[in-house]
Amino acid sequence: MKIYLKIWRQKNKDTKGQLEDHTLDNVSAEMSFLEMLDMLNLKLAKSGERPVEFDHDCREGICGQCGVMINGIAHGPLKNTTTCQLHMRSFKDGDTIYIEPFKAKAFPVIRDLKVDRTGFDDIIAAGGYVSVNTGQAPEANSIPVTHNEAEAAFDSAACIGCGACVATCKNASAALFTSAKISQFTHLPQGKKESAKRTVDMVNRMEELDFGHCTNTEACQIECPQDISVLNIAKMNFEYNKAKLKK
Amino acid sequence: MTKEIHANIPEGDLKDKWSNYKAKAKLVNPNNRKKLEVIVVGTGLAGASAAASLAEMGYKVKSFCFQDSPRRAHSVAAQGGVNAMKNYKNDGDSVFRMFYDTLKGGDFRSREANTYRLAECSASLIDQAVAQGVPFGREYSGYLRNRSFGGVQVSRTFYARGQTGQQLLLGSYQALMRQKETGQVKLYARHEMLDLVTIDGKAKGIIARNLDTGEIERHGAHAVILATGGFGKIYYLSTLAMGCNASAIWRAHKKGALMANPSWTQIHPTSLPQSGEYQSKLTLMSESLRNDGRIWVPQDKNETRKPKDIPEEERDYYLERKYPAFGNLAPRDIASRSAKEQIDAGKGIGALKNAVYLDFSHAIKEYGQDVIEERYGNLFTMYEKITGINAYKEPMKISPSAHFSMGGLWVDYDLMTTTPGLFAIGEANFSDHGANRLGANSLLQACVDGYYIAPYTLQNYLADEIQVAKTDVNHPAFDEAEKQVKSQLEKFVNLKGNKTAEEFHRELGKILYDKCGLSRSEDGLKKAITDIQNLREEFHENLLVPGDVEDINSELEKAGRVSDYFELAELMCIDALRREESCGAHFREEFQTEEGEAMRNDAEYSYSAAWEWSGQASEPILNKEPLKFEYVKPTQRNYK
Repeated sequence: MKIYLKIWRQKNKDTKGQLEDHTLDNVSAEMSFLEMLDMLNLKLAKSGERPVEFDHDCREGICGQCGVMINGIAHGPLKNTTTCQLHMRSFKDGDTIYIEPFKAKAFPVIRDLKVDRTGFDDIIAAGGYVSVNTGQAPEANSIPVTHNEAEAAFDSAACIGCGACVATCKNASAALFTSAKISQFTHLPQGKKESAKRTVDMVNRMEELDFGHCTNTEACQIECPQDISVLNIAKMNFEYNKAKLKK
Repeated sequence: MTKEIHANIPEGDLKDKWSNYKAKAKLVNPNNRKKLEVIVVGTGLAGASAAASLAEMGYKVKSFCFQDSPRRAHSVAAQGGVNAMKNYKNDGDSVFRMFYDTLKGGDFRSREANTYRLAECSASLIDQAVAQGVPFGREYSGYLRNRSFGGVQVSRTFYARGQTGQQLLLGSYQALMRQKETGQVKLYARHEMLDLVTIDGKAKGIIARNLDTGEIERHGAHAVILATGGFGKIYYLSTLAMGCNASAIWRAHKKGALMANPSWTQIHPTSLPQSGEYQSKLTLMSESLRNDGRIWVPQDKNETRKPKDIPEEERDYYLERKYPAFGNLAPRDIASRSAKEQIDAGKGIGALKNAVYLDFSHAIKEYGQDVIEERYGNLFTMYEKITGINAYKEPMKISPSAHFSMGGLWVDYDLMTTTPGLFAIGEANFSDHGANRLGANSLLQACVDGYYIAPYTLQNYLADEIQVAKTDVNHPAFDEAEKQVKSQLEKFVNLKGNKTAEEFHRELGKILYDKCGLSRSEDGLKKAITDIQNLREEFHENLLVPGDVEDINSELEKAGRVSDYFELAELMCIDALRREESCGAHFREEFQTEEGEAMRNDAEYSYSAAWEWSGQASEPILNKEPLKFEYVKPTQRNYK
């Protein structure tokens, strides 16, 4: 296949970026999208140009490090698929592909397609855990969790922290990410004692950072590689109001 | 000159050793802990759990990872499960049996005391993970669920769908972030360790590069823990993440720490086959699939029919045939080698004839598709995303791929290397798995090292460091290390050759996979050593690294890693060449039984090879740690 690329180049967060044109011949349909970028970078390196910086690591859809906007869609055209799992068979000969970084005020560009998602770590640090030190745990089966509750907790916990939800939201809201963690713990007896504090602290942290508000457009779930449900957001709002009322 | 190496195994009966150790280990008063700084490199299960646990105790911790967030470390990708001796199934499990399974699975090439401790501490790990909110699979009653994994006859594997590694890692990552919030942990993401700094023979800090700015930084501490994972990526095509590397442990090795059994690499039997030259990685399909999937190849090597059109009697379920007792759940080394046998015999399937079938049609018939979907749904989805094939309708195509490093930095019972103050935990060390790791034991080892062992043994070391002043990063040892790091980076950029690090890596990986992979021979290894030396020479003359040193530069990161791989690759081949026996994943063609199984030579090779850096990659010095078996008698492994 012959593929035409319009790819975002930006030196750092303080400079302006622009789209750059590149053409690749002999792209195979079996290649992954990132292998296509590897091919581009090899070509750039050989011709003495700077390769395109992009984030990636596991290349099997679980680490959450990769993620770019492909033709305006976070992680590209396939449903529930990370950028690294997208293959070129989803495109056809002669296609033009626009590749841009995840754009959000809270995700400043580091270079080219790499962005800084430290904000997500900060939200977790505010309360996304059960406060149990190593050694304090009771015997595992002394905390029974029904099958369905465990599965529901898992559904929320499956978030990979890639940031597609923020990138796709017109408000750049981190509501889906934050609510998934809050919601995981609402299904479990562990950490119940600190649930109100967790919810308030995490929501406050999210607001202190440069993430926007959620206006329930629900675009986040559609582009989420793990199909994290927007019902988590409703759950978070409920938990937040409950915590505030208790105060 | 060879080093004196002491495993420092505590006195007492096998089952009392760890208790005896803990009873006598030195402690640090809580008020003194805040004066002591510890560097932890790597934030996978081992690194994050050690960093969090030490911070909870009151130590000042600096945590480093090259990824953009600690949550992305490659432990995240482990799918199938984590083993623990809870005997919830009442099916005959015990600490001794788990110890024995692990020792036998490793083909009697690991230390008894370490392996026993792994089994002994396994139960606490499940308690801890559950308390953290890890959503393990549950029975309808609310109790924890188990499944079985390769190489054992009990069900002791706990799992969270096919994302057990992710969920366990999020548990320890969250514990780490909790400590970051308190200020007890300082986090350095997007930082890569480029050298270990030793002062008077003790580990005192590291040189790290800020990957976003290219800045070189000095970090001092009272002790350094390396939890930097395995180096299977040395084969280029592997199940590992693109960034996985050996640089931290290799540079520590060049500063004096010994490397043990570097050639022992687990080739995982169930990964997706290579489909083209451009390929950058091979995705793993969890071994848990072998609980319900049946592995087969057509009997006729000229078979052209679709798998569903091939009748039962014309299929060879070779694992069930050769190993009736364990069947499709034979240990990984055996399953991989058997697949290679079939592929080498021309019976491989797929366009490149490089795979075997993993078939779920029987299980779907027996349990229904919904049950299979609940057990492995995400794996089937992943398979379809990568291959475009629906595995509920036709069998998966799988093939062996480089996966886990049983070898790593040599450590004693305290998980301390031969460099005082330098500890290695998780896959970065060599300790518990012998010559072959059992499935679901790697998450276990990483967690046990990080949560339950390092916090005790590090404290035992730090107790003598209370009077020692904070490390001065202006010490000449830091000047020297920084100078060397900088000059290497500049050299890479100034070579201006015409081959990228990735191109060299691909070539190196091919040499290793062919000659130092699933099977090895004297001739092949000797040839590999020459090939590696030649390619390494070319690398240092003809490397192309675009961009600058003092800037973000992925190509420069790769250059450093590949440069280390070139040296380690030669050591792997030397290690494999000098071990004139077969054991576990190390299969020397010259040493096999009549039935083609690995033939150990206990009289001459019952030792761990701990290699010492001599200053020359081609002339490593061999130190031997003899393995003594007091509680089990090594036998020929039999899974029939």
